[in-house]
Amino acid sequence: MSPSFGRGVMTNHIIDMKNTDCALIIGSNVAENHPITMKWLLKAREERGAKLIHVDPRFTRTSAVADIYAPLRSGTDIAFIGGMIKYIIDNNLYHKDYVVNYTNAAFLINDGFDFKDGLFSGYDESKKAYDPTTWDYQRDAEGKPIKDPTLTNPRCVFQLLKKHYERYDIDTVCRITGTPKDKYLEVLETFCATGAPDKTGCIIYAMGTTQHTVGSQNVRSYAMVQLLLGNAGRPGGGVNAMRGENNVQGATDMALLFHIIPGYINSPMNTPDHKDLISFLKKETPGAANLPVSTLAELREAVKAGFPNSGFKINTSKWVVSMLKAWWGDAATPENDFAYHYLPKRDEKKNYSHMAMFEAMYNGEIDGLFVNGGNPVVGGPNANKEQAALAKLKWLVVLDLWLHETAEFWSYKAWERPVENPDVPKMEPKDIPTEVFFLPAAAVYEKEGTASNTGRWMQYRWKGAEPVGDSKPDLWIIDQLCKRIKKLYEGSTKPEDEPITKLTWGPYGEGEEPEPVLVGLELNGYIGKFEDHKPVENFTKLADDGSTACGVWVYSGCMTTKPDGTLDYKPMWRDNQDNSKTGLGLYSKWAWCWPLNRRIVYNRCSVQPDGTPWPGDEARALFKWDPNNPDGDPKTGNPGKWVGDDVPDFNKYLAPAVGPGAAVPFLMRPEGVGCLFATKKDMKEGPFPEHYEPWESPFKNLLNSQQNNPCIKVWEPDKQGTADKYPIIGTTYRVVEHWQTGALTRNLPWLAELMPNMFIEMSEELAKLKGINNGDKVIVSTTRGDIEGIACVTKRLKPFTVDGKEVHQIGMTWHYGFNGYAKGDPANRLTPHIGDANTMIPEYKAWLCDVRRA
Amino acid sequence: MAKLIKVIDVTKCTACRGCQVACKNWNQNPAVIEPFTGSYQTHKDTNAETYTIVKFNEYVDPAKGVRWLFRKHQCMHCDNPACMEACPRQAYSKTEWGATLHDINRCIGCQYCHYACPWSVPKYLKREDVVTKCTLCANRVEAGLKPACVQTCPSGALQFGDQGELMAYAQERVSFLRNNGFPEATLYGVNEMGGCNVVYVLAYSPDKYGLPVNPKVSGQVSFWQNIVQPYAGWLIPLALGASVVSFFTTRLIAASERAPEEGGNE
Repeated sequence: MSPSFGRGVMTNHIIDMKNTDCALIIGSNVAENHPITMKWLLKAREERGAKLIHVDPRFTRTSAVADIYAPLRSGTDIAFIGGMIKYIIDNNLYHKDYVVNYTNAAFLINDGFDFKDGLFSGYDESKKAYDPTTWDYQRDAEGKPIKDPTLTNPRCVFQLLKKHYERYDIDTVCRITGTPKDKYLEVLETFCATGAPDKTGCIIYAMGTTQHTVGSQNVRSYAMVQLLLGNAGRPGGGVNAMRGENNVQGATDMALLFHIIPGYINSPMNTPDHKDLISFLKKETPGAANLPVSTLAELREAVKAGFPNSGFKINTSKWVVSMLKAWWGDAATPENDFAYHYLPKRDEKKNYSHMAMFEAMYNGEIDGLFVNGGNPVVGGPNANKEQAALAKLKWLVVLDLWLHETAEFWSYKAWERPVENPDVPKMEPKDIPTEVFFLPAAAVYEKEGTASNTGRWMQYRWKGAEPVGDSKPDLWIIDQLCKRIKKLYEGSTKPEDEPITKLTWGPYGEGEEPEPVLVGLELNGYIGKFEDHKPVENFTKLADDGSTACGVWVYSGCMTTKPDGTLDYKPMWRDNQDNSKTGLGLYSKWAWCWPLNRRIVYNRCSVQPDGTPWPGDEARALFKWDPNNPDGDPKTGNPGKWVGDDVPDFNKYLAPAVGPGAAVPFLMRPEGVGCLFATKKDMKEGPFPEHYEPWESPFKNLLNSQQNNPCIKVWEPDKQGTADKYPIIGTTYRVVEHWQTGALTRNLPWLAELMPNMFIEMSEELAKLKGINNGDKVIVSTTRGDIEGIACVTKRLKPFTVDGKEVHQIGMTWHYGFNGYAKGDPANRLTPHIGDANTMIPEYKAWLCDVRRA
Repeated sequence: MAKLIKVIDVTKCTACRGCQVACKNWNQNPAVIEPFTGSYQTHKDTNAETYTIVKFNEYVDPAKGVRWLFRKHQCMHCDNPACMEACPRQAYSKTEWGATLHDINRCIGCQYCHYACPWSVPKYLKREDVVTKCTLCANRVEAGLKPACVQTCPSGALQFGDQGELMAYAQERVSFLRNNGFPEATLYGVNEMGGCNVVYVLAYSPDKYGLPVNPKVSGQVSFWQNIVQPYAGWLIPLALGASVVSFFTTRLIAASERAPEEGGNE
C-alpha cells in the first residue's frame, strides 16, 4: 500500500466499516478471523443496505453471510482485479474528479517505459531483477512531473493503465480464475457502482491476498481499484488490511522487520550510500539524493527551503536523529553523527527474512535463536525443514505460555510422521545438540501495556489478573535481558562495545517491573533529559539537532501532560462518545491512533478539491474549509482553516484549490497523490500488477510467457512440485476457534472442544474421485512432506474449471501440532519455501499436493 | 413482570460459537472433547455439559446455490413445557418472566423430560444421575444482566429483552428477508408448543435448519399429563380402597371357597 498511498497501513478503522455501501472481501475470511469487523459490516448492511461480496477459493463462514459469493482459484487475484480495472475504464465507471485531482493518472511517464509479454522495461535476466530507471515521470526543468489533466496523452498513466489491462477481458479472466462468468459480472457490477461520487466501497483483505509470490502486487491492484473508484481516504472506503494478530500493526511500527528501523525508514546497509549519517539521510529522504549538500546543517537548510518530489518524508532527518538520541542519549552528538555508526548495517546482498534465516540456520550459519511468541515448527513454511534447522542451533530460547511444538521440537513425538518418507528428516533427541531454554511468559491479561490494532488504534490494556507461577510479562523479560547484557559489558572501553555500553535504558520507573507509560514516553519522544518527563508535542516538533529524542516518530503525539503535571498517555483514553456529528463512529477520544490521531488517513479525499462535499455525500464529508476561522496559519497570520471531526491528514491552513498551492491529499508520497503507477524502486516487479501463476501451479500463464513472478528468489528449485505428480491445489487458512499456531488456543479446553483435530476440506467431487468418505483419515503429500488429517467433505468446495479443464482445490488450517488438547499434523509441513519478491512473505496460499485415503 | 424473550436471527449469525464458550464459562461446564467427524459442528447435539451448540447445515438453494445455514440450538423455554408436564418430581418450574428452570435436587434422573421435549433438550448427566439444560441464564437475568450467550454475541444475531419490543423487531426482520430474496423467511417459536421464550428468525423453512416443523408432545406424555397426573391425587385413596376391598373380598372368596371344602364330604 505504501507505493500507492504512502503508508503501509489500513486506511480506515474497524468501526468505519459501518459507513460503507459495498464491501469487497477478497483474500480474507473476516467472519472467522476478524469477527468484530464482521459485526460492523453486518451493521452497514442492516442500516445502509450495503452489499457484502466475498471472493475466495472456499465458501466460508464469511460467504455464508455475504450477499454475493464468487469463487476464484488460489493465486489469481491480479487477473480478477485486472479485469475489474478494465471494466471500470471501459464502462466509464471511474470517479473522474477524484482520479484527475487525487491520483497520478494525469502524470506523463518516461518514454523508455514499456511492457512486453510479462516483462517491463529494464529486466536483467541474470539478476532476476529490474533496473527501474524508466519507471518514472516525465519531468520539467525543475524536476516536477508533467501532467495532462485531460487524461488523453498516450504516455499519461491513465492511458498506459488502460493499455496494460486491455488483455484482461472478462472471458480471459474467468478462464484463469475459474470464476463462473455470471458471478464475476455480478461482482463487477456491484462493486464498481461505488465509483459514483455519492457512494463509497471498501476492500477488505488479509493473508489470502498477501501470502503469495505476487502478494504485494495483489494489494497494489486493490489500491488501484480504490483510486479509480474514488474510494480511498473516505469514510466507508479504503483498502483495509485485516491484521492477523492484535499487535501486528504495533510490531511493524516498532520495526520488528529486517529491512526497516522504527517508523518505516529503511534500515542502514553496508553500502557506500549508507556509510555515514548524511549519506544515509540523502539516500533515504525522497528527492534529496542529488542535492548539493554534504553536511547535516546544509541538509537542514535545504529542508527548510523545501525541495521537490519529497512529500512529508522531507523530515526524515528529524526522525532518524531523534531516534538515535533516544537510543544513545548523551553519547549521540553532532560530532559523532549522533552515533549513527552504532546502528548495525545489514549486508546489501543478504536477505534476513524468516525463510532466509531458516535457510541460514539449516546451513549451520546461526548459533542461537530467540523465539518470542512464535512457533515455527507449526507456523513456518516447509516446517519439516525448519524443524531440522532448529537442530543445528547451539541454543534456543522460547518465550511462551505453554511448552509448544517449537519448545519441544527435540522430543520423540516431534519427529513422528504419518508415512515413511526418505526426503523428510527424522531425528531422535540424542542426536540433537541444541540446548533449549523455556521462559514462561505472562498472558495478555496478566500484564500491562499497549497494542496497536489493525486500524492503527494504540490501546492501553490494564492487568486483569496476576501472572501464573513464575511467568513474567515480556516487557520484564526484555528489560532484564538488556540490563544483564549491559552488566556483562560493564567497564568495557572497547569502541565496538559502545552500542551496548552507551545504550540508554530508561530508567523506566523505580520498581522491578518497567512502567509501560515510561516506555510510552520514549516512543512519543521527549525534550531534554528522559528523567524530566517532558513529552514532545508531536512529530512536527522533532528536530535533527539533538534537542529532541523519539523512539518511533509515527507514535509521536501519543502523550501529553495533564494540568497537574503528570503524563497523559493517550492510549488510556476511554471516552465512549462518537465525536462525529453525522454518526460516522470516529470515537476520537477512545484510545489514540497514529498518525496524530487521524482515524481515517488521506482524508482530504473525503471532500471535493473545492472543499465542498462530494455531491450527495454530505454525511461522509469529514471537513469543510472555514475561510474566516481566526485560528489560521501561525506562519502567515492569515485566517482560515479546515474544520471537521477527524484530524486533517493534510495542511489544514491551505485554502481549497486545484493545482499548485492545493493541499496534497497523499502527503507521504513524493508526488502528493495516490499512485496508479508505482514509480522507480517502489515495487520490485513493476509499476502495474501483472498476473503470474503461483510458483506451483497446474496451469500455464495465459496472459504472458512469464510463468512465475520474474523477481522471486527460489531457495529450493528441486522442491517445485508439478501437476503430473501433485495435481491438486492446496491452501491453508485459519478458523475462528483457533489462533495462529494454536499454541494458545489448543491448550484451552473450551476452544479445543470446538475444533478438536486437523481436518482437510475437499469437494464432494474430489472425494468421490479419490474414494474418500466424510470423516475418513486422509494423507496429503507434497514434495516437502506428508500429513494426516480427517476428511471434511463438503458442498461448499467445488472444482474449478480453468481454461476448460477441471482442477480440484483442497484446504486445511495451519493451527495444529502435536501438543495441547487439540492435536493434528501441522499443515506447514507441506508448504514451500518461496516468497513474495518485495516482502518475502511465504506462499502459504497456493501450492500443489495430492490426497489419498490413509 | 413482563415476559422476556431471546430472539435468534440466524441470518446474522456467523457461527463464531462465542455463545458456546460463554455458556460453558458462565455455567462452569467442562469441555466435552469429541473427535472431529467431518463437520464443523463438533457435537451432533447438545449434551449434559454443553447446553447450547451452533448447528451447521449445508443446503442447496435452487436459486442461490450452496448455503451454509447456522442455527444456535438450546432450550426453547416453552410457555407450556412438556418437560415440566412429564416430570414426576415437579423438578421443573417457570419463572414469572418465562424461563423454564430445572431443579437438580429434585431430579431423579428418570429422563422422562428428555423424551417428552420435542427438541430433546434436557440431557442426562450419568455421573450425577440427573438431567441438565439451559437456564436462560436466569441467575444473570434476575441480577439485571443479559444471558451470557447474548452478552458475547458480536454479530447481533442474539437479542434479549422485552417480548413486545423484540417480537416487533423479529417480525420486521422477517418481512425484510421476505422482500430481499428469502420468500420462505419465517418466525419459529411463536406458535410452536403454545409459544416459546426463544424465537428464531429463519431465512428458510424450519426443516432446512433441522427443526421439527410441527413440534408435538408425544401421545404417551399427553396420557401421563392429561389423564394420569391430574387424577394422581385420587389414585392413592382409590388404590388404598382397592386394597381394602381386595382384603375383604379375597377373604370372602377364600371363605366361600373353603365352605364347600368344609362341607365337602358329601
